[in-house]
Amino acid sequence: MTRRRVVVALVLLLAGLVANRLALAQDARVDAAKKEGKVVWYTSLALTSAEKVAKLFEAAYPGIKVEVHRTGSQRILQRVMQELQANIKNVDVIHTSDAGHYVLLKDKKLLMKYTPAGVERFPASFKDKDGYHYGLRATVNVIAYNTKSVPPGEAPKTWKDLLDPRWKGKLVTAHPGYSGVISTHVLALVHLYGWDYFKQLAQNRPMLVQSAVDPSSVVASGERAVAANGGDYTFYQVKKKGNPVEIIFPKEGVPLVVSPTAIAAFAPHPNAAKLFTDFIFSRPVQQALADSEGLYTGHPDVTYPADQPKLSELKLLQVDAEELEKRSEEIKTRFVEFFGA
Amino acid sequence: MSREPGAASTPIVLRPRPAWWERVDRSAPVWVLAAAALVLLILLPLAWLVYMSVQSERGGFTLAQYARVFADPRLQKALWNTVVLAFWSGIVAVAIGAPMAWLTARTDLPWSRAIRSLVLASFVTPPFLGAFAWVMLAGPNAGYLNKLYRGLTGAEEPLLNIFTMTGLIFVVAIYTFPYVYIMIANTLGLIASDLEEAAAILGAHRLQVALTVTLPMVLPAILSGFILAVLQALALFGSPAILALPAGFHTITTQVWALFQYPPKVEMAAACSVPLLLSTALLLLAQKKLLGRRGYASVGGKGAQRRVIPLGAWRYPALAGCLAVLACAVFLPYGILARAAFSRAWAEPLTWDNFTLANWSFTFLHSATQSAIVNTLELGVLTACVGAGLAALLAYVTTRKLVVGHQVLAFLTLAPVVIPGIVLAVALFIAYTRPPFLLYGTLWILFIAYLTKEMPVGYSQSDATFRGIHPELEEAGRILGAGRLRVLGEITAPLARSGIIATWCFIFIGVIRELSASIILFTPNTKVMSVVIFDLKEEGQFGAIAVLGLFMLLMTFVVVALMQSLLGRDVMGARSSSAAG
Repeated sequence: MTRRRVVVALVLLLAGLVANRLALAQDARVDAAKKEGKVVWYTSLALTSAEKVAKLFEAAYPGIKVEVHRTGSQRILQRVMQELQANIKNVDVIHTSDAGHYVLLKDKKLLMKYTPAGVERFPASFKDKDGYHYGLRATVNVIAYNTKSVPPGEAPKTWKDLLDPRWKGKLVTAHPGYSGVISTHVLALVHLYGWDYFKQLAQNRPMLVQSAVDPSSVVASGERAVAANGGDYTFYQVKKKGNPVEIIFPKEGVPLVVSPTAIAAFAPHPNAAKLFTDFIFSRPVQQALADSEGLYTGHPDVTYPADQPKLSELKLLQVDAEELEKRSEEIKTRFVEFFGA
Repeated sequence: MSREPGAASTPIVLRPRPAWWERVDRSAPVWVLAAAALVLLILLPLAWLVYMSVQSERGGFTLAQYARVFADPRLQKALWNTVVLAFWSGIVAVAIGAPMAWLTARTDLPWSRAIRSLVLASFVTPPFLGAFAWVMLAGPNAGYLNKLYRGLTGAEEPLLNIFTMTGLIFVVAIYTFPYVYIMIANTLGLIASDLEEAAAILGAHRLQVALTVTLPMVLPAILSGFILAVLQALALFGSPAILALPAGFHTITTQVWALFQYPPKVEMAAACSVPLLLSTALLLLAQKKLLGRRGYASVGGKGAQRRVIPLGAWRYPALAGCLAVLACAVFLPYGILARAAFSRAWAEPLTWDNFTLANWSFTFLHSATQSAIVNTLELGVLTACVGAGLAALLAYVTTRKLVVGHQVLAFLTLAPVVIPGIVLAVALFIAYTRPPFLLYGTLWILFIAYLTKEMPVGYSQSDATFRGIHPELEEAGRILGAGRLRVLGEITAPLARSGIIATWCFIFIGVIRELSASIILFTPNTKVMSVVIFDLKEEGQFGAIAVLGLFMLLMTFVVVALMQSLLGRDVMGARSSSAAG
């Protein structure tokens, strides 16, 4: 606990220093952002993590508030489109975990072209070639289990293991109709094993939750023994809190989810949005995402906790954003068809 | 219509009205106001709803959406699940509510006043909070009761699984039985004991009396209580979303909500809503018929003697039964919420290590929570003020028969009771996301939804208030020469004050717990507490939900206490049959 506080304090300090330098250099821009007073952030980042990022920004730029609206990726897209239809211009920064959304949003000319400072050195998979959106963070889908309910020797090792009838009634899965992490996961596994995989998984009657964050709390509480998916960072966090949870990186590979962020073309607070976007791609924030949240990032200088595998050590399953967008309806409909809701 | 200057200080004298005054139809403004409100609140949205449900993509008329609703096996299943849920919830609610009402109203059951208050507590508990608490109590593996059961018996299988249709029916029933209870307790309170005694003198056994004399007399109340419970269950969104979705099944309300996902299928949502609307309307019609046929002369007399029936050896078993029901509805859920609010991990034992206040600071520092609390309070106060005022005005006008067609006015005010929250929300969404009224994204659309939803409750409460004030007091004032407004201000208003404040409280409580309409109508800037709780639920933030839930309950009970002290009696007595919503 104290160690984390020290880390947070250091990050705050660093962020403050960096922000100060930036502020001196770009006084005019900060002033403009301050005049706007706030930035509205629709984000699919887990609430606690999103609040932390917001607090860091508010500490670095006093006078500019971050309005965090946290919900699932699919709900964010729904919200953005629904508001647009009613001619409501509310959102500044859109951050979801479904890369397909950005294909759609860019296509509809709803994104502002903006390249945050320092992303040149990010790997290509974190960058949009046209310069509209950039990957803020990444996570991989994993299996996790409760060590009180399942002895380590008996835990499932692969995605296929989950189809074993002995897991009937013992699994939990999150929902691609809510979560972008999960829609990506579903498509990646459909590539690997076809829809038949999910048809069989449904035979094991997993508990259905919405957010990719929720399987971690379900498994931590022991309500279900094994999570059939979910962002590894959420399990990492509950494990760090002392819950009896272990993470498995299945050997067939883990679906990689790079979560993009972009500024809305119609952003009501464009200057604050740019400032915020620069800020969240800065080293201190990216490092904080890695340290206290267990996320992966595209920043080449970020270091990761020793007890977490490096992205380069993992066999990654990647899906194409265009395909994710094209098949989004199919993913949701078929999932509901198999799992019932 | 303003009072003349100095009228209050001058002694009352008879004064001839100017000629123009007599010619003006004073009912006109009332009607204009009522008509405008009606169009805006109900007719326009519902017209849009129906229009949307029969509109094809190319703009022509089509019944294709209805065909799809009834042909799609998934939607069929959702419809069927709703029927099963509503029917059985109604049955269980009657099975719980009817005996409890009889026990507390007619027998020497110990602690019957306390039991009545606890039924009230269950009545005001937001059903989605109850459902959420039962996830922690009876989740098949981590649920507290199941752990206890396993610990005691060493069994492997869970005792209860809340994520089933049975579990859902149970949770819905323990929060809808108060509707049955109120109907029956109030009816029993009106029936004299004469007939029962006559039967007893003629040699009938106690049980025989209950079954052959009392039961037939309260049968209409039982049936209409059943219908009210069914209506509640049909319209619920939160409980099925929390308990049915994880189990992989939909009800019609969750299905309508799911149809709003991107790309939205609003026409389909409309087509699903219309059958729901029709079925609630039919049910209410049935209830009206049942109540209208109330031909029992023995119900409704003044000064009737009611004798207490001794339970004898059954006193304590009966008490235990009542307490068991209340444990399920109140004690256990509140207990587990309190526990989760102060725990790091709700499923772990309550030790010092597990104790934390972090949930509280996290919840109240979260910016969405803060603005949601403000929004909820604003909407609660605004709706309650406007609603109580409007209800009082309408009830006054209709009970005193001040305008032509007052019966129509009363009917229209009660009409929204047939509109389930989610249907109302779909209709409002369609109507107010387009010109001329762009209200989506503002608090006003929520205000309209809440006002419409609460009008029937507010009206019936006010109606009871004004019926209780005999017109002869007002007539005395009029005879002495005071104008209608002065009589209203100096005689009627003071007498009606506590009743109107009670109406205010009812509406306020109804608003702060509203979920099924809010979930469709909110935008990030207009989130309310119930929506934040639902959001947190989707992310599995148990501690924060418990904190917000307790906060919501606290607000509710403060208002209930205020209401009880103002009325100087039990608030449930005044609640009439139109309480669904």
